[in-house]
Amino acid sequence: MANLVSHPDVVPLLSMRFGKGASALDRYLELEGYQSARKALEMGPEWIISEMKASGLRGRGGAGFPTGMKWSFVPKQSEKPKYVLVNGDESEPGTCKDRLIFEHDPHSVIEGTIIAGLAISAKMGFIYLRGEYRYLLKIIERAIEDAYAKGFLGKNIFGSGRDFDIVSHTGAGAYEVGEESALMESLEGKRGIPRIRPPFPAVVGLYGGPTVINNAETIATVPHVLRIGSAEYAKLGSERNGGTRLFCLSGHVQRPGVYELPMGYNLKKMIYEVAGGIPGGKQLKAVVPGGSSTPVLLPSEIDIGMDFDQVAKAGSMLGSGGVVVLDESVCMVEFALRTIKFYQHESCGWCIPCREGTDWLKKTLTRFHSGGGVNKDIDNIKYLAENMLGKTFCPLGDAAAMPTIAFIKKFRKEFEDHLDGKPCPYAHTAESVLV
Amino acid sequence: MADVTFTVDGKQITAPTGTLLIDACRKVGIEIPAFCYYPGLSLQAACRMCLVRIEKIPKLQTACTTPVAEGMIVATETDEIKQARKAMLELVLGNHPLDCPVCDAGGECELQDMTFKYGAAESFHTEMKQHREEQQWSPVVYFDRPRCILCYRCVRVCGEGMDVWALGVQNRGVTSIIAPNKEDHLECEECGACIDICPVGALTSGAYRYKTRPWEMNHVATICTHCGDGCKTTLGLRSVDDGVEIIRGDNRDKSGINGDFLCIKGRYSFDFANHKDRLTKPLVRRPDGNLAPATWEEALDYAGKRLAEVRDTRGGASIGVIGSNRTTNEENYLLQKFARKVLGTNNIDHHRTADYTSFARALAGHQDRAASLRDAGTAPAILLIGNDPTQQHPMLAWNLRTNVRLNRARLYVANHAEIKLLRQARASLAIPQDGYAGLIGYLAGDDSALAGTESSAAFREVIRKEENLLILFGSEYRGRDIDALVNFGLGLPNAKFACLSDYNNSRGAADMGLMPDLLPGYQPVASPAQFADEYGNLPQTGGLDLIAMFDAASRGELGALYVVGSNPVSRYNIAPGALKDTFLVVQDMFLTETAVLADVVLPAANLYEKTGTVTNTYGDLQLVKKAADKAGVRSDFELIVRLADRMGANPKELVSYGIGMRADLGQSRGVQSGESDRHAVWLAANHLEPKLSPFDPFAILDEIQRLVPDYQVDRLALLAGNDERTVPPLVHIDNASSKTRSDGVLPAQDTLFTSGTLGRYSSILDEVMESRETKSAGAAATTSLDVST
Ligand SMILES: Cc1cc2nc3c(=O)[nH]c(=O)nc-3n(C[C@H](O)[C@H](O)[C@H](O)COP(=O)(O)O)c2cc1C
Ligand code: SF4
Ligand code: SF4
Ligand code: SF4
Ligand code: FES
Repeated sequence: MANLVSHPDVVPLLSMRFGKGASALDRYLELEGYQSARKALEMGPEWIISEMKASGLRGRGGAGFPTGMKWSFVPKQSEKPKYVLVNGDESEPGTCKDRLIFEHDPHSVIEGTIIAGLAISAKMGFIYLRGEYRYLLKIIERAIEDAYAKGFLGKNIFGSGRDFDIVSHTGAGAYEVGEESALMESLEGKRGIPRIRPPFPAVVGLYGGPTVINNAETIATVPHVLRIGSAEYAKLGSERNGGTRLFCLSGHVQRPGVYELPMGYNLKKMIYEVAGGIPGGKQLKAVVPGGSSTPVLLPSEIDIGMDFDQVAKAGSMLGSGGVVVLDESVCMVEFALRTIKFYQHESCGWCIPCREGTDWLKKTLTRFHSGGGVNKDIDNIKYLAENMLGKTFCPLGDAAAMPTIAFIKKFRKEFEDHLDGKPCPYAHTAESVLV
Repeated sequence: MADVTFTVDGKQITAPTGTLLIDACRKVGIEIPAFCYYPGLSLQAACRMCLVRIEKIPKLQTACTTPVAEGMIVATETDEIKQARKAMLELVLGNHPLDCPVCDAGGECELQDMTFKYGAAESFHTEMKQHREEQQWSPVVYFDRPRCILCYRCVRVCGEGMDVWALGVQNRGVTSIIAPNKEDHLECEECGACIDICPVGALTSGAYRYKTRPWEMNHVATICTHCGDGCKTTLGLRSVDDGVEIIRGDNRDKSGINGDFLCIKGRYSFDFANHKDRLTKPLVRRPDGNLAPATWEEALDYAGKRLAEVRDTRGGASIGVIGSNRTTNEENYLLQKFARKVLGTNNIDHHRTADYTSFARALAGHQDRAASLRDAGTAPAILLIGNDPTQQHPMLAWNLRTNVRLNRARLYVANHAEIKLLRQARASLAIPQDGYAGLIGYLAGDDSALAGTESSAAFREVIRKEENLLILFGSEYRGRDIDALVNFGLGLPNAKFACLSDYNNSRGAADMGLMPDLLPGYQPVASPAQFADEYGNLPQTGGLDLIAMFDAASRGELGALYVVGSNPVSRYNIAPGALKDTFLVVQDMFLTETAVLADVVLPAANLYEKTGTVTNTYGDLQLVKKAADKAGVRSDFELIVRLADRMGANPKELVSYGIGMRADLGQSRGVQSGESDRHAVWLAANHLEPKLSPFDPFAILDEIQRLVPDYQVDRLALLAGNDERTVPPLVHIDNASSKTRSDGVLPAQDTLFTSGTLGRYSSILDEVMESRETKSAGAAATTSLDVST
């Protein structure tokens, strides 16, 4: 278990039970657990959805879609069973927040799933865990068992006359199955490739039934929203970005770690105050604000509030909340290569632009970084990325193209420094930055 | 469904709601490029070639997945879109080997065509391409991963289309690869659909690869010679030393009754034509008892002389004629005319694989209830009783599957065996092997006819509620059972029927009167009507059927037997000694079990080497065009005419040809002149020219159309390559006039990998591993007719 970090600006909501043994059901109950589920049962679906809408909670999986609105798209009547799906595939480099929730507070995910189920009248939920998180499965399975034993899951939950089941499942190690429709394919036992949309999951999802799929953090937030009330929750964050979120600060900072901060919290402050600034008195070179797929920001661009709208305005994305800080020792060409290596490795291969594009980007950047680059390669890299962008079947292709374009745009000089057989000018490599 | 109106490239288009943009555009001539989209198969959105700009949507959209919407404004050929397409091509070409000069698909490759159009001709990569060794998956299927563009058409046509699911995708990313179902090889139906549908040269055919460049072939569209479905196939041809060789069969233009489909036999089993055992010289039995090569003159003279002798000394009734299931309608018609008119016998029959006589009788007065093969693809509900279409009628099975998959047709299956189509069945009923007659009684309301259970009651209930039911039945139904079945079906609103038989022209053989008691069009020999006027003297008592002929032969009562394209000795397990006192003339491609017993063997052309028409199981009439050629062989048509000539008959009496027909009028009044007259009048009325050669099958088609009411189809449409409906005859067939002891039906029991005697000469059918199993099963189940009685 990693050490827990903190800072005075932290607002412990989601993280309020971290380090308090709340994976044990009794402890969770002592810490106000399962109260929101009872309340939700009492108040009914419409109330739940209106609370969620009012809370301003936006999905923590990356796209930031308003959660209440997503739930309201699920048709009331359906011939096929409806489902709630918890996306715990957390694989975007730089992101490690769902892991903490599963480890420290698994019941909050279970409770959130039950509430989402009540909101859309589903009788079944799935918790899908990234393959590499298999070691957390024991904790989750134990928590599910305990909840069944207490009558919080199964038939007649909380004595309400309603039934709700939860099944957990792990992936087999593919980033792409974090994409919601690929996840459903995977869960159904098929190859993890995305589906054509529309129809969207809210209408045709898992096994063809209407499905709500949310990020694990989003789901874990739900009981807190109902616990403190939507107005209170919304107030914690910024405009149209309710509440707090778990920011994962990594890279060249003094105190890397996962911090729960209000939405809209200033990025510069996050780096220099919360995480203690850059170690060794080095200069900041760049910040990847929301996971490896988000376009890199220059030091001059980081005086912004970290919410979906403000980061978008700055030309990047809040994404999954993975803030990666790079100091002056980082070779941006190598960083670009490491980023594209990931997406090349994870491309599901379904569509031409991503399958072929990521591969040629990787091949070209590999040669380029090792000193075999010519000027035209820089344009070729940009051309490849630009021609992938917006044309792939799912956003993974964009996730590979967007940062690549930004690296070239913002660090072209550094690419030029690698030309004509010159050795990489940087002693350090980015190896340690991205895990 | 309601229509919507929208704009594409400034053009207003109207299309039904739900139409995909790509289809709507194609319909009005706006071509949107596509690799992964394939009509009728599931959508993939994988190749990204079809990207278009739709107003108010930020990203380019795939036309292959976007349904049209009211007021939508679409651009399909802007610079932005051209660039996107060019980029997709550059990307896919990056790892493509570009070995077009040695690629089988060169010249027929969608990737080449698109590159030509969008000009992704510049390569800017320095790195090595992704490489994999080529794999052989079966004798007919080869896979070359480097050429594959991962459009997944092959996977879908095999799974969704064929319901075989032998192909899948392995790995991910750039290492993704199409893989066969058995580790390193395929076990499947070997239909080759995957190869045909592959837009590039990634899947190639073992039967065709590296034999030619596509543009060096000639292409002729004709009809498959194997099963009774009659698929259209386009044969790729090349001149060789001894004629014209078939090197490929496919159905690229999808213009036929079969759309995309061909089974292994249609696609590959034309290879019998080049089998080393193919006869190319006439054979005559020498005094030493051996068959030895002879000249055509000698063989025809000898055969003609001996046949005439037998006729003149022992009478026509001592001669038998056995026709074929795979010769054309014109040949069959001519053969029965020759038998009746020149030989003077009604002893004529063929290997019957379904009881069309009873079917025609049962359906009399309800012509509109006869189904076409096309109906199987459109009927809202189908009842399949008996038969196993996956094996015996592959095209029908494809239509049924497609209809269930795309139109949610309701398929009901009653069978004694676990046939594969049960997988598509909405409801099914397992009945005992002898329960087919009982089933009809039961469906009609007689509870005691079948051991009734809850499931049979439910089955009956759904069937009886169906309107527009298509009833397909196999050779399990014959004689009075067919009457009962049709009677039951006529009680349902708009039910249609099809009687399933086994070979390419089984239906045509029956329709054309290769029957001892029936003339063409199922007209009883006892009341020959127009045929009497036409042919002159006709024997009016029914003749011997096939089995009776052999019985007569073994009693020494059959002086001569003329067998055209048939192998009854093997099929009916005839003891070779049975024919020792019979003068036997056989026309065939091979020295079959029947041909080795012959006194004269005449090497014949096959269906791919001649022109004419054939009628499939359902009564769909189609044009057969001469594609291949083989030095040394002659068409059955020509051989019949030449034999008649050698026997002293006037060929003009047999085949109405020549422009002299009218001139004859003044010279000799009588049957011939009357015939000529009627023929000429009919030709003129139908805007047709007289044919100039006695060997022109169209002269006989003219006569068929003139005399057989069922065959009065639109000639132009037929010549254009369309399938035309024949209708069942109007005549009343009196069962009592039939002299046959039984219906004479011997089902062929063919599988996907067998095709009667012919199939034994197809090396492809022999090579594919799947054929071994089915062959041994087939062998065990042959002959069921008792020949000794
Ligand atoms: C390539 C790709 C990978 C993704 N991976 C994840 C993931 O690991 N976890 C996650 O919650 N969402 C992931 N998403 C986003 C999901 O598709 C989906 O938007 C999200 O689960 C919705 O939940 P939310 O509304 O709570 O954010 C991914 C999306 C893409 C395109
Ligand atoms: S963009 Fe295409 S290849 Fe890439 S992960 Fe998505 S579907 Fe697969
Ligand atoms: S083998 Fe051919 S049909 Fe199959 S995916 Fe590859 S290119 Fe497409
Ligand atoms: S289904 Fe019948 S007609 Fe069609 S290709 Fe196969 S054997 Fe030939
Ligand atoms: S044809 Fe539309 S994506 Fe392939």
